Amino acid sequence: MAQALEQDPDFDVILGMGTKEPRVALERAEFVRSDQAYSILSRIVRATHVDTIIHTFVITNTSEASYRTLHETNVIGTMNLLAAAGQRGSMVRQVVVKSSSTVYGATENDPVWFREETPRSKSVRSRLERSLIDVEQLVKDFAEDNPATVVSMVRCANVLGSEIVTPLSSNLARKFAPVIDGFDPLVQFVHESDVVECLLHLTRKRIPGLYNLAGDGKIPWSEVLGICGTKAMHLPAYGTMNIASLLVHLGLIHFTPEMEPLLRYGRGIDTTRIKRTGFEPRYTTAGTVRNFIKAMRLARNMGKEPPSYTFEQDIEQFFRHSPAVVRS
Amino acid sequence: MAIDKAPGKPSKTPLNKLEAQALSPDPEGSREETGLVPVQSLQDTTAPGDGSASVDQDRLGDVDEWGRSEHMRAIMRQLMDPFYNHWFRVEWEGLEKIPREGGALLVANHAGAIPPDAPIIIHGIEKELGRPVYGLADYWFRTIPFVNVMWSRMGGVTAHPDNALRIMRDNRQLALVFPEGTKATSKTFSDRYRLRRFGRGGFVEIAMRAGAPIIPLAVVGAEEAMPILFRVPGIASMLNLPYFPITGNMLAFGPVLGPLGWFLYFPSKIKIKVLDPIHYDVEPGQERYSRSFVMEEAEQVRTMIQDALYDMLRDRKSAFLG
Repeated sequence: MAQALEQDPDFDVILGMGTKEPRVALERAEFVRSDQAYSILSRIVRATHVDTIIHTFVITNTSEASYRTLHETNVIGTMNLLAAAGQRGSMVRQVVVKSSSTVYGATENDPVWFREETPRSKSVRSRLERSLIDVEQLVKDFAEDNPATVVSMVRCANVLGSEIVTPLSSNLARKFAPVIDGFDPLVQFVHESDVVECLLHLTRKRIPGLYNLAGDGKIPWSEVLGICGTKAMHLPAYGTMNIASLLVHLGLIHFTPEMEPLLRYGRGIDTTRIKRTGFEPRYTTAGTVRNFIKAMRLARNMGKEPPSYTFEQDIEQFFRHSPAVVRS
Repeated sequence: MAIDKAPGKPSKTPLNKLEAQALSPDPEGSREETGLVPVQSLQDTTAPGDGSASVDQDRLGDVDEWGRSEHMRAIMRQLMDPFYNHWFRVEWEGLEKIPREGGALLVANHAGAIPPDAPIIIHGIEKELGRPVYGLADYWFRTIPFVNVMWSRMGGVTAHPDNALRIMRDNRQLALVFPEGTKATSKTFSDRYRLRRFGRGGFVEIAMRAGAPIIPLAVVGAEEAMPILFRVPGIASMLNLPYFPITGNMLAFGPVLGPLGWFLYFPSKIKIKVLDPIHYDVEPGQERYSRSFVMEEAEQVRTMIQDALYDMLRDRKSAFLG
């Protein structure tokens, strides 16, 4: 994301924040390491007079985060971020938030396509969904309280790409992926580069509103496995979670509570609204899957070689701040 | 819409106001965006991905965004054709009243413990007119392993108002609905051809919203194909089924064919009469229509089909010979 922002000369100063050091080289963006709940944000907003915040730290991968971390980061983190953006004397004029289509849930009562205003079909069960709904509510409240600030939120379909690790992507990159016997739901994917492009599009053009984002089309889960050349790990239709958690313990598959309804009923989100703003995703759903698996094969065939440049903070600091470096 | 503001000019629309704002109906625009090319002729499209819903080079199969697969339909049509021609000897009347293109809602009466009318209507229209039909049915189908996949690939879609609207308005396809629902299929043989309540008239409202005509179909013969003698509610609740019937077929074929006989239909003669299409003179795309008007129109459709059934039954000499 930061690399993409650096390409655009319209952004003068770019500040990155996260709980981990960035894994890629950043040329002119500065990075601040923060705690889980991003409590330092209000000081940064005050100190730097930042005018745009792109909020992408919402966790959707529950296999890697405990529920406490999930709540701290998603809900409390967003609360701190919005409190910082809305504080007295804040220069923030735009907030862009990345959310997930998981907020719609996945049930047998669902329409084939969710529009932004379609309500959920059933009440919330999973903790991730509840946490995302809380985040969205905070953002909506913020938008109402700060009418002068442009607030936009993107609900992304399941993201695939070479950089991002999700429970689905780690399954597809392996030999076996879970399949619930007797179900072959239609699923939707969006490529990580399209997510970045979409957030940039909304940021550059200062477009407010709530948008769905997904690659065109919906394809059966079996076809996803077919494109990836991944074999099916059959899970029974009844007692699915029990068998799945057993297989997770054996290290054979990745499985999260949110995957169960998704692999049963699938989900589709309608992207008409984001397309009307002039944004067109580059990859279709099938194209996203194919692109993802090609990138995975490349990585597998070349071995896990380190990237050409590893980011090292000290060296970066030297180039940035040392008087010995000649700056043109 | 606020989204087309010039860059650098912050809009004052808060998020939830924008969310509440319904998309203005724009069938032209959204039709392009669904990316679904209406299937012109079904007879030519036997190979997967050949001229059907998708033009995406990365696809492997031809399952469309609704889960329907033209390839699997073609296989099914071959399997079903002997039954359609020789078992049920299906006869249509007024087939020319079904439009060759554009969205429309087919509304029919429903009957039989495992109703044969839905596959027969879908098969017939695909065979005679070369148009795909999407059958709207209860959510319950989606929850049963294996059945849900088969049902979906055959063109089954859950009867969600958004789904019906999108099929008819945006994709300009035919949707088939049985407004009586399970109330009709669970009725015993003694109640045959007595139409149940037509839901809450939701089908009329959707047709109005989509700006699509309603085409009523009167089906005779399905009642005798798998008649219910009585129901066993205890087994139904145990198996989590809407109803559990004891059918004539179980008693007649069961002793000879075993459980397989439970699923074998009696060879009743099936006749389908297409009634005059109903066009509603209302503004399409509205969120809701006058409830009394909708209910009145729904009752009107029910009466039309009921009267047609009486007429057809008056002329019928035998349930099996027609």
